[in-house]
Amino acid sequence: MLVLITYDVSTKSAEGRRRLSQVAKKCLDYGQRVQNSVFECIVDTTQFRRLKFELEELIDEETDSLRFYNLGDKYKTKVEHIGVKSSYDMESPLII
Amino acid sequence: MKKLLNTLFVTTPDTYLSLDGENIVIRQEENILGRYPLHNLEAVCTFGYAGVSPALMGSCAERSIGLTFMTRTGRFLARVTGESRGNVVLRKEQYRISDDERRSALVARNFILGKIYNAKWILERATRDYALRLDIPRIKKVSAALSESMNLVHSVEDLDILRGVEGSAAVQYNSVFDELILQQKDDFFFRGRNKRPPLDNVNALLSFAYTLLSNDVRSALESVGLDAYVGFLHRDRPGRASLALDMMEELRGVYADRFVLSLINKKLINPKGFYRKENGAVLMDDDTRKQVIKGWQERKQEKIIHPYLNEKISWGLVPYSQALLLARYIRGDLDEYPPFLWK
Repeated sequence: MLVLITYDVSTKSAEGRRRLSQVAKKCLDYGQRVQNSVFECIVDTTQFRRLKFELEELIDEETDSLRFYNLGDKYKTKVEHIGVKSSYDMESPLII
Repeated sequence: MKKLLNTLFVTTPDTYLSLDGENIVIRQEENILGRYPLHNLEAVCTFGYAGVSPALMGSCAERSIGLTFMTRTGRFLARVTGESRGNVVLRKEQYRISDDERRSALVARNFILGKIYNAKWILERATRDYALRLDIPRIKKVSAALSESMNLVHSVEDLDILRGVEGSAAVQYNSVFDELILQQKDDFFFRGRNKRPPLDNVNALLSFAYTLLSNDVRSALESVGLDAYVGFLHRDRPGRASLALDMMEELRGVYADRFVLSLINKKLINPKGFYRKENGAVLMDDDTRKQVIKGWQERKQEKIIHPYLNEKISWGLVPYSQALLLARYIRGDLDEYPPFLWK
């Protein structure tokens, strides 16, 4: 299934900036960066729970926020892209 | 049934693959050509001499992602494997069967049965779909001959006789294979099978499709814990994945031949994409090769009902499900190995 993850991490402190890069890195492990703090990840249920848990551990719930949008298996009709930075489709043939 | 994950094909020369976090990163000099999470991948296949970092090799081995290296023309070079998977009890039983000619023949005949049955139905299906464009009596005659071969196979308990029946069935099938090519006949024709090197366009396509299939079959066998190098019909020879070749017998026709036919008949490939070397070998150019791989990956996503398991799976999982069934047979859970009978 496709999960869209967005986040806001407060960067007022050095600690916050560190968290921001950790969150970004974690998201990148699971999916692709489609915009600055927006990631698309193709994961199964187990992977999703793990990812969610790992992200929850990283952020500070007092200042940061995380949002997960579950787009299911038939996500292809639900996503439209306009403008620069087009993404790749993880489930179509990957030939480089 | 497990989910079929994607395969990454790297055909661009001078690339280097490395690991970054949980991602595979494909670099060409300073540019990053792609970056994909490893958990979405089933296998990585490189053509030409792509470099791979040891860290990535390790990660692939750990996660059972097949990492294969091929030459530009698709000839197999090397593969990275990690620890042996599955259990020894299964593998030892496989060796015992392989050592015993009669027991080998009992398994091998089911592979061949599948092969002949599938060949027959490829022909029958063509007569139904293109009744007005084919030489029906000729094809029907071959189809009847194939049915006869199948009756013979049922009672064979000797490997050499089995090879004989298989050979004559293959000759029959090959004699009408050219009929199934309906488009672009000036450039795509089949006068007989030739390989190493292939001497015409169709043989070049077939060879390439068989290479892709054999990689899929080999990793399927290994993922259920069987030894792909110890076969039943194909005997042991150093460096030859005999069991993968055995299992390919029943899949060649329905999987690879039909794929090649549809590439030609749907005009997805163009004769201009082929060139001939001085020694007569016919090769594909890079774009055509990419086109073929793309078609292959798309074919793998298509869904079918598995005739034995009666479950909806993608074509790409057929080698895996057959490997599972073979493992069950060797373990003694099934009385006979059920070949993949397509209709």
